[in-house]
Amino acid sequence: MDVMPKWAEVILVPLISLILAAILSALVILAIGENPVEAVNLMVTGAIGSTYGWGYTLYYATNFMFTGLAVSVAFHAGLFNIGGEGQAMLGGLGVALVLLFIPWPHWTIALLAATAGAAVFGALWAAIPAYLQAKRGSHIVITTIMFNFIAAAVLNYMLVNQLRPAGSMDPATERFREAVHLPNLHEMLAPIGINFSKAAPANVSLVIAIIACVLVWLLIWRTPLGLEIRSYGKSGRAAKYAGIGAVRITMIAMLISGALAGMMAINNVMGEAERLVLNAVEGAGFIGIAVALMGRSHPFGVFLAAILFGFLYQGGAELALWTSIPRELIVVIQALVILFTGALDNMVRMPLEKVFLAARNARASKSVEPAE
Amino acid sequence: MTAPAIELKGISKAFGPVQANKDISIRVMSGTIHGIIGENGAGKSTLMSILYGFYKADAGEIFIGGNKTEIPDSQAAIAAGIGMVFQHFKLVENFTVLENIILGAEDGGLLKPSLSKARKTLLDLEKEYDLKVDPDAIIEEIGVGMQQRVEILKALYRQANILILDEPTGVLTPAEADQLFRILGRLKEEGKTIILITHKLREIMDITDTVSVMRRGEMTATVKTAETSPEELAELMVGRKVLLRVDKAPATPGDVVLDVQNLKVVDEQGVERLRGIDLQVRAGEIVGIAGVAGNGQSELLEVLGGYEDATGTVTLNGQPIDLTGKYSDGRSRRDRGIAHVPEDRQREGLIMDFPAWENTAFGYHRDAAYTSGLLSNNAAIKADTAEKMERFDVRPPHPHLAAKNFSGGNQQKIVLAREIERNPDLLLIGQPTRGVDIGAIEFIHQQIVALRDQGKAILLVSVELEEILGLADRVAVMFDGQIMGERQTTETDEKELGLLMAGITDTDKPHTMAEIEANLAHAHGNASKEV
Repeated sequence: MDVMPKWAEVILVPLISLILAAILSALVILAIGENPVEAVNLMVTGAIGSTYGWGYTLYYATNFMFTGLAVSVAFHAGLFNIGGEGQAMLGGLGVALVLLFIPWPHWTIALLAATAGAAVFGALWAAIPAYLQAKRGSHIVITTIMFNFIAAAVLNYMLVNQLRPAGSMDPATERFREAVHLPNLHEMLAPIGINFSKAAPANVSLVIAIIACVLVWLLIWRTPLGLEIRSYGKSGRAAKYAGIGAVRITMIAMLISGALAGMMAINNVMGEAERLVLNAVEGAGFIGIAVALMGRSHPFGVFLAAILFGFLYQGGAELALWTSIPRELIVVIQALVILFTGALDNMVRMPLEKVFLAARNARASKSVEPAE
Repeated sequence: MTAPAIELKGISKAFGPVQANKDISIRVMSGTIHGIIGENGAGKSTLMSILYGFYKADAGEIFIGGNKTEIPDSQAAIAAGIGMVFQHFKLVENFTVLENIILGAEDGGLLKPSLSKARKTLLDLEKEYDLKVDPDAIIEEIGVGMQQRVEILKALYRQANILILDEPTGVLTPAEADQLFRILGRLKEEGKTIILITHKLREIMDITDTVSVMRRGEMTATVKTAETSPEELAELMVGRKVLLRVDKAPATPGDVVLDVQNLKVVDEQGVERLRGIDLQVRAGEIVGIAGVAGNGQSELLEVLGGYEDATGTVTLNGQPIDLTGKYSDGRSRRDRGIAHVPEDRQREGLIMDFPAWENTAFGYHRDAAYTSGLLSNNAAIKADTAEKMERFDVRPPHPHLAAKNFSGGNQQKIVLAREIERNPDLLLIGQPTRGVDIGAIEFIHQQIVALRDQGKAILLVSVELEEILGLADRVAVMFDGQIMGERQTTETDEKELGLLMAGITDTDKPHTMAEIEANLAHAHGNASKEV
């Protein structure tokens, strides 16, 4: 029997983990001689105190939604895809090629084409480790992480030797055409009378990310394929019994996962930088793992966790800018959040289960007594 | 009156919300065999684990030979003269019998003196209890029955006066089981006290002096075996009257539905697990596959269910079935009208974390009735599940409850409902009542017979010989990847099948125990080490 009601499982456990992480972070900040209250204040105003802050928070969140979904889909199939970083890099390459070599008349068509390009490149990059896992049994954790390095090298080569405009010293492509400029939140919200910061990078990709959340939810929970992916993830023997092919599910789950990671490029490459630069992914592929863990691989959880991590990212940047708290400490805080919500989940869950159990037993004995 | 060998007073133990043992008291007199019977999950194993120091009781006292004894760990249990023979043996496979016996009871830093001493003691024990084993044989090269004897010797070597055996006959052929009972009888004569945990009524009736019945963590009765009957014990176990016999009319077999010719399977290590199986199952009959676990029965089900590739020919209603390639999987088999209730329902037949409704669709989830366009028609699946749960009396009838929250019997009913309601031509069914409570066994057997009476072909694999004799119309006995012989169930008995299970085909002639054991050891070395 499930010990805890669903709301406690989905809301209370992550919330308590989060509070614990915050307390520990506060102690660390205290230890280096800064004021934690001040720091929290700064993070909150920096990340969500202005439309400028929101614009950055949501921009980061968009990245994390894509990579978080990518990790989640693979998780459901029992596969640990830690190659989101490399798949997103290759997605960027796909976006750049689509936008540089075809003169798109309008951003809408360009966005569709770029999304497709990013998805295809990301999926293909995930396909090789997937094939090696499915057919040769090479462990996907090892191969996907190795492919991150290969992706970085490929990107390096493409930018330095192939895509760099003649005469430029910068390992980056030239700017995409003006016609494919994606509307940012300022441009999107102005017509309905909301004045959003012009400088913030959040753009229409956010909408695509939210649509992706909905589509992944449909796929995983509402289609026969989703059932097959989840079955395979839970029990290989059962999948075999049902005639669900291991090779097929491994390939499909990883292709979808890679495509989602790749699609992140429409946000950072097409939407923000408007050209392909080295290190455009900035670790978002790895943050995706934390986002998926915290969001329990559920698209809605991923959505919320992505916004939380967007907040931490942006708030952390502000903190580094305005205080003497070193940038590295932000990573510590983020790591604490990951540690508590992901790895130390049972530490919170077990005492909580005991509390609920005690409450239930007390209720049960009370309801019995009058009868005796 | 002397003090009882063991007395338990008011033992209680809870695991979270589950009360595994509730205020249990028993007295076992010295020099008797006491049976403890109960369904799976009744709390038998928990009680014995408390006695052997694996768990600490929440409340209650243990008296050994009249003295109050604390048993915090298994060392203390051994010191108190308690020996335990587990269902799954705790032997080092590549050690000799002698080495296994002294393991953990060596004296001094050198092995040699311990070994010599043990060899001498072993000879004495052999004389005293008529327990023959070869001290220098390697464990993995001797049969299961012999391994069990090593476990008993281990306990006796540690001077156990009280011997607890947990489901000891689960892996034995009938002849080996009889041998074991003779040994237990001899131990009793020599004044040892024996506690036998089992779910088999027949064993209780055959060998015990007194019997305690457990139900849902409580001791419902303790009676003298001579003064009770299997029917009464079953009723005490379940809490209502149960039909112990399968009620069925003689079969009227029709056309051949399943025809298997020269079926062979080689496993990943290159060992031939099926060595040329020929088998036919007709419409309207139940064919049982008997055999000691690990002699190829599982592989046969897996090949027919589409898990793994094989060579040979298999036809269903005269049409060949692919044994390799793209159409050799579970889904293709279902499309052809083969339903499969797998042996291991918790790892194969169900996904324990998924709700009952998803498990009801599992395997058939791409059916037109369960989908609308690209999406699953979850509403239709849930409605269908609710209906099936009602028809198969699944309790509690909640489609949203995860499979792991149902009892073994109700889990099996969910799988059965899914497979039987498909109206298959052939039903493959493995261990239909393993881990299933007696009350549900009756229902499950009725459903299988009903399907037979609709003219379907049924292939039944079970390690419970009693179940095969009761349920099947015809029985084929497997040994070492081959079929040793077929019999009509009305014209055979446990003794004859037991010989076939040991690979002896001339069942009319008398055979010695040594011959049977040699054969079993041979097969054990050859066919499987997994058991």
